[in-house]
Amino acid sequence: MKPPRFVYHDPTSVAEAVDLLNRLDNALLLAGGQSLMPMLNFRVAAPDHLIDLNNIAALSYIDMQDKGRSRFGAMTRQRDLELSADVARTFPILQEALCHIGHRQTRNRGTFGGSLCHLDPSAELVNMTVLHDGLLQTANRSASRTIAASQWVQGVMTSALEPGELLTGIELTAWPTGHGFAFEEFARRHGDFALAMVGCLIVMGAAGTIERAALCVSGLGPGPVRLAAAERLLVGQKPSHQAFRAAAVEAEALDAIDDAYVKATYRKHLARVLTYRSLQRAVAGAARRAA
Amino acid sequence: MGAKWLGARVLRKEDPALLTGNGCYVDDIKLPGMLHAVVLRSPHPHAGIRGIDKARALALPGVHAVVTHADLPESMRNQRVPLLVPNPAIKQVYMPYCLAKDEACFVGDPIAIVVADNRYIAEDAASLVEIDFELLASVSDCAAALAKGAPTSHRDANPALGNLGALIPLSVGNVEVAFASAAHIFREQIFLHRGGAFFMECRGMIAAPDPVQEALTIYVSSQGPHRHKRVLLDLLDWGDHQLRIITPDVGGGFGPKGSFYAEYGALAATAMLLRRPVKWIEDRQENFLSTQQERDQYWDLEIAVDRDAKILGIRGKLIHDSGAYMPWGVVLPWISATTVPGPYVIPAYQIDVHCVVTNKVPTSPVRGGGRPEAVVVMERLVDRVARELKLDRTEVRRRNFIQPTQMPYNVGIIFRDGRPVTYDSGDYPMAQAKALAFVNHNDFLKRQIEARKHGRYIGLGLANAVEATGLGPYESATVRVSTSGKITVYTGATPQGQSHKTTLAQIAADQLGCTPDDIAVVTADTAATGLGVGSFAARTAVNAGNSVHLASIQAAEKIRQFAAQMMEVSEGDIVLEDGFAKVAGADLKRSFREIAARAAGMPGFSMKGGPEPGLEGMSHFTPDRSTYSNGTHIAEVEVDIETGHLKILRYVVMHDCGTVINPMVVEGQVVGGVIHGIGNAFFERMMYDELANPISTHFGDYLLPLATDSPNIEILHMETPSPLNPLGIKGAGEGGTIPAIATLISAVENALEPFGIKISEAPISAARIVELLGDAAKGRTR
Amino acid sequence: MIDTRKIKLTVNGRACEREVETRMTLADFLRHELDLTGTHVGCEHGVCGVCTVLINDISVRACLMLAVQAHGKAITTVEGLANPDGTLNGLQQAFREHHALQCGFCTPGMLTTLTEFLAHNSDPSEAEIRLAISGNICRCTGYQSIVAATLHAAKALREGKS
Repeated sequence: MKPPRFVYHDPTSVAEAVDLLNRLDNALLLAGGQSLMPMLNFRVAAPDHLIDLNNIAALSYIDMQDKGRSRFGAMTRQRDLELSADVARTFPILQEALCHIGHRQTRNRGTFGGSLCHLDPSAELVNMTVLHDGLLQTANRSASRTIAASQWVQGVMTSALEPGELLTGIELTAWPTGHGFAFEEFARRHGDFALAMVGCLIVMGAAGTIERAALCVSGLGPGPVRLAAAERLLVGQKPSHQAFRAAAVEAEALDAIDDAYVKATYRKHLARVLTYRSLQRAVAGAARRAA
Repeated sequence: MGAKWLGARVLRKEDPALLTGNGCYVDDIKLPGMLHAVVLRSPHPHAGIRGIDKARALALPGVHAVVTHADLPESMRNQRVPLLVPNPAIKQVYMPYCLAKDEACFVGDPIAIVVADNRYIAEDAASLVEIDFELLASVSDCAAALAKGAPTSHRDANPALGNLGALIPLSVGNVEVAFASAAHIFREQIFLHRGGAFFMECRGMIAAPDPVQEALTIYVSSQGPHRHKRVLLDLLDWGDHQLRIITPDVGGGFGPKGSFYAEYGALAATAMLLRRPVKWIEDRQENFLSTQQERDQYWDLEIAVDRDAKILGIRGKLIHDSGAYMPWGVVLPWISATTVPGPYVIPAYQIDVHCVVTNKVPTSPVRGGGRPEAVVVMERLVDRVARELKLDRTEVRRRNFIQPTQMPYNVGIIFRDGRPVTYDSGDYPMAQAKALAFVNHNDFLKRQIEARKHGRYIGLGLANAVEATGLGPYESATVRVSTSGKITVYTGATPQGQSHKTTLAQIAADQLGCTPDDIAVVTADTAATGLGVGSFAARTAVNAGNSVHLASIQAAEKIRQFAAQMMEVSEGDIVLEDGFAKVAGADLKRSFREIAARAAGMPGFSMKGGPEPGLEGMSHFTPDRSTYSNGTHIAEVEVDIETGHLKILRYVVMHDCGTVINPMVVEGQVVGGVIHGIGNAFFERMMYDELANPISTHFGDYLLPLATDSPNIEILHMETPSPLNPLGIKGAGEGGTIPAIATLISAVENALEPFGIKISEAPISAARIVELLGDAAKGRTR
Repeated sequence: MIDTRKIKLTVNGRACEREVETRMTLADFLRHELDLTGTHVGCEHGVCGVCTVLINDISVRACLMLAVQAHGKAITTVEGLANPDGTLNGLQQAFREHHALQCGFCTPGMLTTLTEFLAHNSDPSEAEIRLAISGNICRCTGYQSIVAATLHAAKALREGKS
């Protein structure tokens, strides 16, 4: 299980990286390496060129100066997100999600952008990005563009990136202080790829009704899915078993894939159960804060 | 000599080196001129090999050779790897060639050895070797392989037998009468899924040609180099002096490192062809494809009981997946079949064991060695009786236990050591009673009722097991005091984590009057001891322990003989203490160093009339038969009925392995064994498709228990010394694993009793629980 | 054409300089170029944890890094954990006293992982320790003794007895 031969490049600027990406044939980008290196070791990936992004300091930052919008460099380590008090305060659900990503060693190297580009169907950070209506910044030779999170996943492990295009940053908009949140995931063991996960954000109104809701399910299909109908239904409702159940039923109706180990029906069932649980917890948390 | 060290909690001598990164595993060994090999393996479950084109591979810079069957020495080409455990029940003996001749029979079957300057280049070259395959029909599931018209796993299969490799009828008593007179008969069909050992250190071997003569020194990660030497001498048609095999530190064995693998022969031949040391280290992907595994097993049994739930008989059938070859003959299914009766009186027992050959990697014993499966089956049958007759599970067991007064108890069937299964000692009712008292069974029942009121489902599981340990024929031990005064113990025991270098030193220290730190234990070197068997099946403490004990007694005797001569006193007056032979009550002593020098003799000085030269003892302790450990396991689990998640809340082991050499080591073995059992019960599923292509090929697919999956294990001890060896020892290496699957399945089923769920398989997963629960799994979301 | 790079790094406090093939993993570099065989290779796909080393005191899987990526970094392997006089440090000694190793193959990775953990967690609970080593597979001990050793070592560190 040794990597095949490649030519190694270690650019120190975004411009250099983009130039290499456009010039070289059969090149792959190396971010945290926690997904790509196993593929190289198994020889299921055989690039002629490997472009290492780890020396581009400009790609690693956490910028939360702007009250509403927070910006993260694509090469920001998962570890740094986990240890940031600012992130914990502003995006508390991120803290819950991060500790499910692999293990300590994985998060010490793994990156925000790497996860978004590799697009494993069970990637927590992709769920978080879609849940927060994130914006993804890219750079290319000619221009840069901004892609909405809802447009990011094009297919199984396929992002909206064009050839020669590099993801440079992610922008997330925080929910109001005191919002309810809950991340629920089911994996066979701690750190394993989730069979299903649900991210839930809730704002409770003064009248005890739900003012705003976001529900995002991952693990069933290629990318995260917002339960749009459930979100609309929940607004204006008092939290109740019926309300939670309706959202859970919508989650179970999502498409899912069978594989050798896990049947689609089980993933869908988990989506149902986890949706219910996350709503319960998010609502309970929000109510406490509003009091 | 008082037993000061036997039973003491001595810290391990192995640890300082291992803790500082100074262990020496096979891949840590670097020899001058060493080359690196890749084993090129079949990508197909069954294929004819029409031709192999090496040209592109050989053209790559840094590549030294591509070795195929045709390049092997004649003795290796003309015979298959010898089967060390033949049995008349085997109707078709399937063993591999060292490299596939013209047929590959499983994905992973070795076809060629590619040798290069380093492993990276060797892998590049391996991808350039072109093999012309003729794809053949393959067979995957062992039960389906027995169906009429099923494809044969080997081209030359006997058409009358198909995929049936062996048929073993085992029978005790009269099942016809037992079943005819029964008040109740219940049937259980149980499936136990394939799994593997998955030690952390993959297999590996270095073959180094001797610079002087036609000979090889081999370093191999194994569980017994002497057995490997036996096989390789046959394959090379060599003499004893031409092969030295050493096993250095081993990172886990658990069974499959005890087998001789075809590629070991090919690698030895490759080293001789190249006249340079060749190293091969199995990588993890290869480990999935080629290291031997255990199970599938399909059990179909009936139990007959009288009105009072006393067992009258058990009968049925076992279909066992041998895989493409039979490296351990029929040992594994034989152990399974003969372990079923366990600690219960079974007056009549009849089982037909079908060993089936399929196109998957071969199976051989993995920790527990077929016994966990038998315990699952027996304990499920007993639980079934209890449920049907509305009796308490523990009471049904109580009514059927073999009583301690019945020891030694002859079960009646013949075990794999050729002797009738006879339990020598043990108190099974007491073990269960003590375990139940410890967990406070009645209190649990109250808590279970209360939990159910709140929508929580907890369950208690229980299993009893007996374990044949200390399997013969022997282990070797030589205890030698050198002229430097230092003591060395040489033994064929081959540790892979079992702490032999400490425990055997403890035993020797007791006889020689010193501390374990004064005793160097050298294991697993065929040049150090001519004979040896190895460490597997929980045999080493019994065999090597007693051999070291007896050899130490002999060595101590020699010391006293020479010392008596030197000091002109009688032997009876001599005490061995701290490296000296001292005369009790007098200021007279001689050091081991001086005595050893005397025992080695001086040129010109006669030793006639005195003791034999040399200050050593040698023993091959030979047990009459296996000695039986026993245990009772109890587990409390909670089932989340909405997700199927299984959580172990408590796990208690009552364990009796006779005299304990080092309690710290035994506890480690039991705890590690239970966690291994948890893996088998909840996580480990080695999957193949219907053509026998492996689906589980990495650690993302095949799940081993992590620290977050493992509860704390509480251990209770009983110590019933074995009457079958001087030290009273029984084996402890597998006792943690053997009852674990049964215990956990029983607990899960007990938790889900309100839903009437029955579990007849292992492993059992969260997904399967939800499937079995059906609509009930919607829980609060309904 | 073999693609190589010159790298300069510090390993266990010692500076070293080598020219390496760019596809060589950090694990193989440590083991075969520097003869530091204490770091083991168990799976080469980042699951088992036996290859864990510290890079600037942060635990990483050496099988998932290229040697060239270690240029300019300070690496600590298991060989760099003992006291300067060669005696076992507090964590290693606790491992020995609690029989927290059997075959020893996962042990270097456990030690480096726990070294990082204890540097940031002075009074961990049992559950926290189990989470900390959830990325390190042990097939021998069942983890219980490793947890006990870590609790012991944490306590000794708190009491200043390391």
